[in-house]
Amino acid sequence: MPVKGGNGDLSGDILKVIGPVMIGPSSSHTAGPLRLGRAARALLGEEILRARVILMGSLAATGRGHGTPQAAVAGLLDMASDDRRVPDAPGIARDRGLEFEILYSDATGAHPNEIAFQLRGRAGGSVTMRGISIGGGEIAITAVDGFEVSITGHYPTLVVFMTDRPGLIGAVTRAIGSRGINIAFMSVARKRRGQEALMSIELDQAADAALVEALRGIDGVFGVRVIPDTL
Amino acid sequence: MDAEATFEGMMGEELPSLDEFIARAGATGTLSGIALEGTDAEDLLAEMRRRWDVMRESVRDGLEEVGSSAGGMVARDGRRYLDRITATGGLMGPLPGKAAAYALAASECNACMGRICAAPTAGACGVLPGLFLAASEEMGAGGDQLARALVTAGLVGTVIAARASLSGAEGGCQAECGSAAAMGAAAVVELAGGSPAAAGHAAALALKSFLGLACDPVGGLVEVPCIKRNAIAAVHALAAADMALAGVASAIPVDEVIDAMGRVGRSLPEELRETGRGGVAATPTGRRIAARLYESAPDDNR
Repeated sequence: MPVKGGNGDLSGDILKVIGPVMIGPSSSHTAGPLRLGRAARALLGEEILRARVILMGSLAATGRGHGTPQAAVAGLLDMASDDRRVPDAPGIARDRGLEFEILYSDATGAHPNEIAFQLRGRAGGSVTMRGISIGGGEIAITAVDGFEVSITGHYPTLVVFMTDRPGLIGAVTRAIGSRGINIAFMSVARKRRGQEALMSIELDQAADAALVEALRGIDGVFGVRVIPDTL
Repeated sequence: MDAEATFEGMMGEELPSLDEFIARAGATGTLSGIALEGTDAEDLLAEMRRRWDVMRESVRDGLEEVGSSAGGMVARDGRRYLDRITATGGLMGPLPGKAAAYALAASECNACMGRICAAPTAGACGVLPGLFLAASEEMGAGGDQLARALVTAGLVGTVIAARASLSGAEGGCQAECGSAAAMGAAAVVELAGGSPAAAGHAAALALKSFLGLACDPVGGLVEVPCIKRNAIAAVHALAAADMALAGVASAIPVDEVIDAMGRVGRSLPEELRETGRGGVAATPTGRRIAARLYESAPDDNR
């Protein structure tokens, strides 16, 4: 129960109800896919050369009528969800040399609004990401390069690609803690013992460039990406 | 997203009921005054003014600039109806007439991939801009008053989200256009100088008359019947506000109406919850439009 006579701070709730400001027509089919596209771009961490976007479930069934393809491509271009250029994103992408392909899958996933991105970068990197659009523009990233994750975008999030080896998780969290940054949520996933692993770490403060560099310098870490909380 | 808090973080048992907020506001306070307690009021009001600007622009874009919608079911009805209101006042007079015309325009802007404020959702994004722009022109409401009234609308929506739902997929259109009408009715009462208790009755009167409303978009798109429903919800909110200002009370308290809306939503069949498989979407014409839509779909890869 709240303190008698007080409500607590309702501003977060009120801003969610009177918002978000976005390009229409649908928070789940337009704003959510755009934010997932931005997250995928952040995970790649470089300019995109080629992208394949796979729409599933309701996004495949009615996505065309909701501008889902334009929104997903706008996200890959790192446009904000209220950017008036969202409807023109496919043309802008082609002008910038970003090749993309939109596929409509009749596979039924765990969630009715699921989307997958397969990206290849100009510097040769690649990433795959799956995510869901859960309504109101809210999203969850459910897999990165086949590793299961659960990332909401509510917090600045570090994604650390590493070797599955004793002591590495401790080294990563020590580097974060030594900078006075608190970890809100964390998860570790691996495919097979002793091989590649992936940590996703949701932080209470943004990760600065120095922290990202320090993490990259840890032996056994071979990639660090930052997903901002401002998608 | 600019707000970290989630609706789940504000559970029904922790959030006071709307009637508790009304009691705290007393006879002389306002619901916005109570909602602003404990917040950085200046920050929140400044953001509300920005969102009001977005709402106003969404009406303007819908009247003037928008392109075409994906479903091709947008007919520039906001412009058409506003012309009649401007020329003749229409059957209802300028306040409800403009509210309806502006709500049509903002919803048309949404369908055409324009920029909108999803208050409370994109599908119901026309109701508040319609009411607020009409109130600013016909009731002389200024920017600061409108920003505060948006806080009141937001408070009502927060209570609805915690006790029931704002999602058409969960609760049908009663949860979207119905909630928007309840939020708008309470806000208009505050703009007109009515008491917090009257604002609560207005919200209850508005929401009660939407109980059971299906979410039945033709072809699954936010066009038919959504756009026109926004306009009618705006008029409906004004009727509820006007009655409450006269002292007409809802026999059922507002929180109980909200709880009833939640229960009705949970008992709606899936066909009537945004699947595009029931209601007007399942009529012969609705099916024909949907079939045509997917036949003529462009190839996005070219």
